[in-house]
Amino acid sequence: MSEKLTPEVVAQALQESLSALAAVEDAATLRNQKAQIVGDNSPISRLNALIKAVPNEQKAEAGKLVGGARAQLNQAFEEKAVKLESLAANEALANEKVDMTAAPKFLKLGARHPLSLLMDQVSDVFVGMGWEIADGPELENEWFNFDALNFHPDHPARAMQDTFFVKPVENHLLLRTHTSPVQVRSLLERELPVYVLCPGRVFRTDELDATHTPVFHQVEGLAIDKGLTMADLRGTLEHFARVMFGEEAKIRLRPSFFPFTEPSAELDVWHPDAKGGPRWVEWGGCGMVNPNVLLAAGIDPEVYSGFAFGMGIERTLMFRNGVKDMHDMVEADVRFSAQFGSVI
Amino acid sequence: MRIPLGWLGEMVELGAKVTPNDVMAELVKVGLEEEGSHGGDILGPVVVGEVLSFEAEEQKNGKTIRWCQVRVATSGSEEIRGIVCGAANFAVGDKVVVSLPGAVLPGGFEIAARKTYGHVSDGMIASAKELGLGDEHDGILVLSSIGLDPEIGVDAIVLLGLDESAAEVNVTPDRGYCLSIRGIAREYSHATGVKFQDPVLAIEPVMGSGFALEVKDNAPIHGKAGCSQFVLVGVSGLDAEAKVPDWMVNRLKLAGMRSISIAVDITNYVMLELGQPLHAYDLDKLVGGISVRRSEAGEELMTLDQKTRQLHEEDLLICDEQGPIGIAGVMGGARTEVSSGTTAVLIEAAIFDPISIARSARRHKLPSEASKRFERGVDSSISRAAASRVARLLTELASGSFSGVGAEHSSDFQLPTIEMKLDYPGQLVGVSYSADEVVASLEEIGCTVTKIDDLVQVTVPSWRPDITHKTDLVEEVARLIGYDKIPSRLPVAPPGRGLTARQKLRRRVLAGLTGAGFVEVLNYPFVSADQNGWMGSAGAVELENPMQSEASFLRTSLVPGLISAAARNISRGSTDLALLEEGSVFLPNGASAVSTLPPGNQRPSETTLAELKAAIPLQPRLVSGLLTGHWLPQSPGQHSILAGYPQALGGVEVVMQQAAVSYEIKQLEIAGLHPGRAANVMVAGKVVGFVGEVHPELASQNHLPRSVGVFELNLDEIFAVAPDLVQAQELGIMTALTQDLSLVVDVQVSAADLIQSIVTGAGDLLEEIRLVDDYRGKGLDAGQKSLTFSLLYRAQERTLTQAEATAARDQAVELANQQFGATLRG
Repeated sequence: MSEKLTPEVVAQALQESLSALAAVEDAATLRNQKAQIVGDNSPISRLNALIKAVPNEQKAEAGKLVGGARAQLNQAFEEKAVKLESLAANEALANEKVDMTAAPKFLKLGARHPLSLLMDQVSDVFVGMGWEIADGPELENEWFNFDALNFHPDHPARAMQDTFFVKPVENHLLLRTHTSPVQVRSLLERELPVYVLCPGRVFRTDELDATHTPVFHQVEGLAIDKGLTMADLRGTLEHFARVMFGEEAKIRLRPSFFPFTEPSAELDVWHPDAKGGPRWVEWGGCGMVNPNVLLAAGIDPEVYSGFAFGMGIERTLMFRNGVKDMHDMVEADVRFSAQFGSVI
Repeated sequence: MRIPLGWLGEMVELGAKVTPNDVMAELVKVGLEEEGSHGGDILGPVVVGEVLSFEAEEQKNGKTIRWCQVRVATSGSEEIRGIVCGAANFAVGDKVVVSLPGAVLPGGFEIAARKTYGHVSDGMIASAKELGLGDEHDGILVLSSIGLDPEIGVDAIVLLGLDESAAEVNVTPDRGYCLSIRGIAREYSHATGVKFQDPVLAIEPVMGSGFALEVKDNAPIHGKAGCSQFVLVGVSGLDAEAKVPDWMVNRLKLAGMRSISIAVDITNYVMLELGQPLHAYDLDKLVGGISVRRSEAGEELMTLDQKTRQLHEEDLLICDEQGPIGIAGVMGGARTEVSSGTTAVLIEAAIFDPISIARSARRHKLPSEASKRFERGVDSSISRAAASRVARLLTELASGSFSGVGAEHSSDFQLPTIEMKLDYPGQLVGVSYSADEVVASLEEIGCTVTKIDDLVQVTVPSWRPDITHKTDLVEEVARLIGYDKIPSRLPVAPPGRGLTARQKLRRRVLAGLTGAGFVEVLNYPFVSADQNGWMGSAGAVELENPMQSEASFLRTSLVPGLISAAARNISRGSTDLALLEEGSVFLPNGASAVSTLPPGNQRPSETTLAELKAAIPLQPRLVSGLLTGHWLPQSPGQHSILAGYPQALGGVEVVMQQAAVSYEIKQLEIAGLHPGRAANVMVAGKVVGFVGEVHPELASQNHLPRSVGVFELNLDEIFAVAPDLVQAQELGIMTALTQDLSLVVDVQVSAADLIQSIVTGAGDLLEEIRLVDDYRGKGLDAGQKSLTFSLLYRAQERTLTQAEATAARDQAVELANQQFGATLRG
């Protein structure tokens, strides 16, 4: 140990360490060589031994000299370390790159049937107006489907609707031909006033073709209160039409006949976004509830009045969403539901 | 109802250029529905021509055409035109119909001079079909073949009545009077304000007498006599083979009826004109007088269509001394039918009870033009006029003469009077109609109106039997003044409660399952007995009149429909399927039927209502899922995952989570499912559905892959136990400890049972248990399996020690050992 601690010696040791540091090219090597460059085995650390040999009165100066060099080295090391770790991290990220357009999608996508979605959407419009949604059985007693709705047993209007009867016919059971029996049940069971919407499945013996199906869906509305008029009917239908078809939509009533309403009307809607340009579309039927229907529920028609309306969901979907063929709605082809997802 | 415009124009003034569409547009305003138009779509020049000569020329395509010289005339001057004709059914000298350049034939077929087969054809010789006169297309129309010999150059459109067109409207069942030109004309007058000229007023009545007539009814339906009016008028000296004039043939044709013979055509014509059904009997074939009565037991009648009909005691009959000669209002008998040899007829015009006629027509499956009108109500004041009109036409067109023979029965009948407050229409419609408007509207439709203070007494016209209540009068006022006058007002409903809990559950279940990858479908509920049998159905509701005899039952499970739907999707190339359906099934409930229905216009007693409802089969709403193919397809870095019972179990989990209901899976054999891959879904000890794999044989029968997962749950039963709201539990925040536990048990021991045992044994410290492995094979005896669970322990108030967790585990192992012989895997 003949070497003396001189500024030259310190500078040389520092230079030696800085060179070793400069030679390192990656973070892993740097971590491995930390001891050699800045640790106990480093040239700078070796100078500590020389300090012991320095006379006491010079020790402070020598310590300062070595400390300054060490500080310089440590700073250089930290800077290098930060730089190399950052490079290493970037490299790791680069190595993890995938083709996001080829990546598997692990969640499976389902879809609602558009008819069922549309019924929910219509229900929401009326719930928003304070109405309630009423349900009833699809296989009904004839009384609820016809008699209570002012269809006289021999009236030709009964033949107008082609009914599926259940064996044996003497039991008077049938598949409901409209959702109107739910209106009857609502009037029998609920307290007045009544504002209900009845969505559901109905049945008529029509052969399946592009525009008919023996099983289809309706929504019917019924409002019974004091002082309701056809103006209330029109106002309700206009609001409904605007929600379904946009602010430009409007409605038109034409005289018609239904046993359960008097006066009765056919309902046309002005469809502003119809394929091929805005036009009137036949949408449903409506009218003021026939007093005989109120009587069937034990309601005094001199005190209460009200209106009812109904429309086909399939038909609405056809002209609203451009469905061309009824077959698509009944054949359970997943591609039909999938194209809508949950937007209708 | 088809309305030849020329006919309509006899009762209301139509503009010169009115089209069927114009007429329909007016009629729609007053409540008739537009159906379409017929005829009238032909434009001249279409004229009569004479074939002067022709040369047959064989063409390269093997066809022979005739190059004809045809003499025609336009604007008075004759000319000769060269025309190519493909037909060969005419001779030189024949008169034919020539469409000249500029003409437009039905279907928008425009005629122009054009070069064809080496000639310039200066027009076309037309066939009957090309003129819209029928389907005859074998050759061109030779006018002599239909008895015509007109001048050359005559306008063939007028000659053949091709200028007549008809509008067709749909008539609602309440408007029987609109099944006549007279009724339509009246409506047209209401819609447009033009004057209506009632054709009935122009008929000079004839009255016969002396014919024996008896009208009786021993069994009236609903207390109403079957026949309220019966008019008979005799005409003799007829030429039954007299030619039916072209104008009548044309009008009948435009109205949709075929010409048959002069007598039949006239009765049809007058029926279409006035709405009164009519019948003509061969007077010489009648034996004795006529009686109108109900049928007696065992009677039968051969009707005009040559079918022998067993009569029912409710049938109203027209009889002579030998027996029935017609079912009233439905169809006449063959024995007294008018034939070519008939020289004298007896004309019947009657008013029958609509219900009686409707029942007979339905019973004998004989809906006729007559029964259609009787069912909907015939004007009760025109029977004699209608019979007279027939008699007059027979004398005019078939050289008949009024014989003076006849009879008339008329029961006392008063037109109903309805009382109504003058402001009632305004109150119901929401328009402030003035008293004058109300009265004027009612008078316009033919009512007699008497005003007493703020009331009106309204006697309805004889042709409006549908008007029985003041609301009917309101509709008349509203439609005459116009529905477009009704203002718009949005009523305010009382505050509602939103969707019911049950309705919300349905939506959550559908949203949950579709969010989890299922696609909702809606299947018909019609299935075969066999399909219902697949899932072990015990009984099903059968339809009386199914669309298809092989699908005559209502479904008892949604699964058969889903199986068919899956097969259909696979056949269309969609093989990876997760189908979902939510809907009703129909279960016979054995409740006694209600054989007599209560009347419609009064509230039944609560007992009756309860009986009516109880007799209806149960219709629980189910939700089912069916999966096959891939759950996830293969993709880069990812093997495909097959769909099957695991996803079906997942579907059950989703439904139960949406309902906040805890459940158990109980494995057992279930009809329709793989015997080793089937389980009941239990809630509070009750079966609410099943889950598993469709039996491979059933899958194969339906061309499905072997692995088909399925579940079906009864949403009503789940809803019944679902909580209205969920109470929060305190979350443990002290450090948790986890341990793995492997137990060896017999393979027959279900994981669920073992978990139950561990949960009970470990006590409250065990917060969560998860099955992570099921090992069988090396290191274990055959018939054994090792189930590995991951256990998570936590204490609410303190940090748990490892020793406490181990103690809990040891208790669990001990109980599992006692209950199932489970041992710790060494």
